[in-house]
Amino acid sequence: MHRPTVRGDRLRQWGLLAPGLGWLVVFFVLPLAIIFVISLGQRDALDRVTFAAPGFDNYARAFDPRFLPTLLNSLRYAATTTILCLVIGYPIAYWISRHGGRHKALLLILVMLPFWTSYLIRTYAWMIMLRDNGVVNNVLQAVGLTSEPIILLNTEFSVVLGMTYGFLPFAILPLFVSIDRLDANLVGAARDLYASGRQAFVHVTLPLTMPGVVAASLLTFIPAIGDFVTPDLLGGASTTTIAKVIQELFLEGRDWPYGASLGFILMLFTLAGTLLALRTMRREVVGG
Amino acid sequence: MRRERNPLLSLYAALVYAFLFAPIVVLIVFSFNDSRRNFQWRGFTLDWYPQLLSNSQLLDALWVTLQVAAAAVFVSTVLGSLVGLGLARLQSRARAGADTLLLLPMVTPEIVVGLSLLLFFLQVFDGRGSIGQLQIAHITFCISYVAVIVRARAAGMDAHLEEAARDLGASAWGAFRYVTLPLLAPAIAAGAMLAFALSFDDYVITTFNAGVGSSTLPLYIYGKIKFGVTPEINAISTIIVAVTAVAILLAWRFGRLGGVDRRQLAAVPEEAAG
Repeated sequence: MHRPTVRGDRLRQWGLLAPGLGWLVVFFVLPLAIIFVISLGQRDALDRVTFAAPGFDNYARAFDPRFLPTLLNSLRYAATTTILCLVIGYPIAYWISRHGGRHKALLLILVMLPFWTSYLIRTYAWMIMLRDNGVVNNVLQAVGLTSEPIILLNTEFSVVLGMTYGFLPFAILPLFVSIDRLDANLVGAARDLYASGRQAFVHVTLPLTMPGVVAASLLTFIPAIGDFVTPDLLGGASTTTIAKVIQELFLEGRDWPYGASLGFILMLFTLAGTLLALRTMRREVVGG
Repeated sequence: MRRERNPLLSLYAALVYAFLFAPIVVLIVFSFNDSRRNFQWRGFTLDWYPQLLSNSQLLDALWVTLQVAAAAVFVSTVLGSLVGLGLARLQSRARAGADTLLLLPMVTPEIVVGLSLLLFFLQVFDGRGSIGQLQIAHITFCISYVAVIVRARAAGMDAHLEEAARDLGASAWGAFRYVTLPLLAPAIAAGAMLAFALSFDDYVITTFNAGVGSSTLPLYIYGKIKFGVTPEINAISTIIVAVTAVAILLAWRFGRLGGVDRRQLAAVPEEAAG
């Protein structure tokens, strides 16, 4: 007697969705539309935005030889970070899943603990570690590997290290989920059929945990390519990335149309990455 | 089944855990170092901690951060939970569109979210970085995370429980209040915690939208560490790390208890109907 009608149900569903989705339309979609429009304009002599000759000139500028290295830098940092996170993260996720025993949950929480800790503070911690007279250099000198401090901070090395450290938990979690879900009997069956440990891994474990690998890549690549904090704090003035350039254009240079177009290019990269990853994941899951 | 043994892998795991925790341990140790230059260990001191309390700039920043986080947690938890629940029940083509709208803020680089909100506030409200502007910005990037967490739990929930409550005479509100809400509570709590962590830590979106008088703790910290390492920042960081660690471990314990409670929660419909 109280059973609601289908129509009433649908109304109620939209009632649940409307406030939150409405908020996102006003404060997320609309602002994106605004910067898209601004990205088509130009800056006048007084740094104001004009639309005297609207067009895609700003987008073309992003690919001119002066800016291209920055774009490639960002891609290289993000790609290196992603690969490192996968290579470092897969064995540890595997170890927690297969060897963790009854401490599995705690071991996983310990991996995730740095993720909950402020990203800013974790990056700062590496500044302490990598300074000329920091912990790493002190250790290297103490064991006699070097007599002079090595310059570690403000290099490409420190940026990739900081990002890898920062995003490693993002990679480990999905890898763990997919490895833990894998039926260990499948690997056992492969071994019974005379596969070596390595063959069983390459032909059974790895393909079946591919969705986790794809998710981990996505969760590392997206924040890495748009990261501002790590290149700014650990990369110094000489490291340019797309996010750093956008920040300078907006808060110092005041060339908004150009900055907006770079923002859109950055967004296209992450969307392309997301779509690619989602498609691969679907194929892995459905098409096997 | 074979029991896997691999001492090499275990050694590797120990190294990775060391890699994860070494920088944080060093940071904490140096917050007790009796040297302003902070390079070498000069002896133990607690001096840097009481000094924080007399740093009015720092306390102001903390107060702004908490005001922003409070609004971000409250509004994004309410709106996000409703969206999560609605999406779990939605079975139409509209779902794909709503899903995309929800996913977009999570995959859009922070810097793009930050600058688009900056331009939006300038164009539409002539906004100049008030606390309100920060609150709106933070609510915006938190909603999706809450919604995704709540949706996962709502999707795994048996819809018949609420129907059963209705059949037993509960009003729509009663069924929601006494059946659905308690079942979703752990996910809502997890979403709220995540929203707090995201808001409390945000630097990039905040730096675009903050103005005079609305500097947050991450902005304050960033301004200091740009110019080098100081023991005060180590002390602030240590407090934040300690509070976070305690909160996470408590939530973990509490979450496990919550898992046991779930069966008891399933008994609630009887009370609701009676």
